[in-house]
Amino acid sequence: MILVLVEKDLHGAAVEVSLEALTFARSLADAGGGVPVDAVVVGEVPARLREQLAAYGAREVHRLAGDAFDSFAGAAWAAGIETVLATTRSVVVMAAGTPRGGEVLAHLSARADVPMAANAVSFDGLSPFVVHRQVVGGQALEAMQVSGRPTVFTVAGHAVEARPAAAPATAAVVEHVPDVAAADLVARVMSTEEPEPDRSGSLKTARVVVGAGRGAGGEDGFDGLLELADLLGAPLGVSRVVTSLGWRPHHEQVGQTGSRISPDLYIPCGISGAIQHWAGCSSAKVILAINTDADAPMVTKATHAVIGDLHEVVPAINAEIRRRRSG
Amino acid sequence: MNHPMTGVNVLVCVKRVPDASSEVVLTDDGQGVDGRFSGYATSPHEECAVELAARAATATGGEATVLTLGDAEAVEQLRAALAVGCTAATHVVADGQQFGPADVAREIAAVVRDHEVAGRPHDLVLLGNDAADTGDFQVGIRLAYELGRPVVSGVTTVDVSEVDGRMSVTASGDGPDGHETYVVPLPAVVTVMEGGVEPRYPTIPGRMKAKKVPIEERAPVGTPSGAGRLRWSLPPATPSDVQVLGKGPEAAPAVVDLLEQLGVLSR
Repeated sequence: MILVLVEKDLHGAAVEVSLEALTFARSLADAGGGVPVDAVVVGEVPARLREQLAAYGAREVHRLAGDAFDSFAGAAWAAGIETVLATTRSVVVMAAGTPRGGEVLAHLSARADVPMAANAVSFDGLSPFVVHRQVVGGQALEAMQVSGRPTVFTVAGHAVEARPAAAPATAAVVEHVPDVAAADLVARVMSTEEPEPDRSGSLKTARVVVGAGRGAGGEDGFDGLLELADLLGAPLGVSRVVTSLGWRPHHEQVGQTGSRISPDLYIPCGISGAIQHWAGCSSAKVILAINTDADAPMVTKATHAVIGDLHEVVPAINAEIRRRRSG
Repeated sequence: MNHPMTGVNVLVCVKRVPDASSEVVLTDDGQGVDGRFSGYATSPHEECAVELAARAATATGGEATVLTLGDAEAVEQLRAALAVGCTAATHVVADGQQFGPADVAREIAAVVRDHEVAGRPHDLVLLGNDAADTGDFQVGIRLAYELGRPVVSGVTTVDVSEVDGRMSVTASGDGPDGHETYVVPLPAVVTVMEGGVEPRYPTIPGRMKAKKVPIEERAPVGTPSGAGRLRWSLPPATPSDVQVLGKGPEAAPAVVDLLEQLGVLSR
């Protein structure tokens, strides 16, 4: 059996990357001759979530309940998964390669003394089991042989497209109330501040993102870019140099050490396209680069480009949008 | 684990990695990045961990010790940390490529235990959340289990203070539902992400001082079991098929045409 840790969004639905992990799990299950795929969820399983899990082929939904799960503790979640494993004989445990997913499975693999492969994009070969996983922020792939029982790995975001199963499964909910040791609750979230609306949270899910790099020129060089973002209802995302220089706050950073975005349209302005940044934006469907340098990596990797100074091009675009809207 | 709390001696673990700001070139054997082309740096999350370690040490009147496992050249990363607030350094001299995440965790744990025996307990161990090259996302957590300590992962701020009569670490970072805060009694392990703190620039006196700090060199305690790595590869280079819409502000109408085609203007 393959067990997939499914994470929920603020509305109790499965996050997209967890559905991607379930899709990956099904292809692995098919390769293994049709072994079942189960989900594990912490806390409530709302009706909508159960429908999603059924559509994505989860035979059973193992729900972890009890006081131990009132606030997040990586060790407690791992202990909960161990309880499920004890009753289900899972051979594979997977999660989306989110901060939570990676953290919980790292706990699980450390406790079981088995390896963990982070950010797999595909697999080939079941015996031995080999995954291809992202390294260097997704700029290279590693073929890694993953031994150990259970076999533990996370799936990189947007490596596979989330696809419902050909036939829905039952998604029968099985409740577990694990006995979690006090030691596993020492490092737990004590308080959570609500995120400010329309800050970095919206970057990862935005349909359109306006990007800004060194070409902005200084902390007062963002007016036109912010106006364009406003006209498009898009958040601003910036390169690492922009936050390093203190021009914009870190939560706006897109890149290997910032947010990874996957919008329908990304408009990087004055961003050369260093690997650090590309690692965070390469999943964008359409990229419109605005740059003075026609040979900048961001331009050559883009689908569309305008060659010019963002301080001239962006205000002209803003004016054109306003003109057409009023016309 | 009871020692007089005269000051917290923080251990911060860093890794020498190929600089990620340039193009990735792999070694001929496909076992990693050929850093001869890119140069090397300390993994970005760890630069922040070094800063947090230095601040925690200063705040409590303790020491910040920097540790790395790597070849002889990795001493550069130790000197860099010594120039920005660390006061002692330990170098496990080894070919880092042979060491998987579990191996590295075991080696760090051995250093922590040996230092404790020598009267230099590390009540707080800081690491980066993930290395910029191998991206394993697990060394800190494995270390915590080796040491039997609690671990907080992926935070951006770290403060050490007495909470309810016990020296504790208060750490915070962005979680899926908002900014999260942990309060954990020491000893503990914390993995750090970039973003909560600005690493300081080394001063000239700082650099001079760093050169004179003796570095504890040691051999690995175990034989590495490895990382399961078969080979690295680069995704095939895709030729540029960029469509240039124009030059300068005159391109604005073509840009807005594209925005309309994509349906992102209909608001």
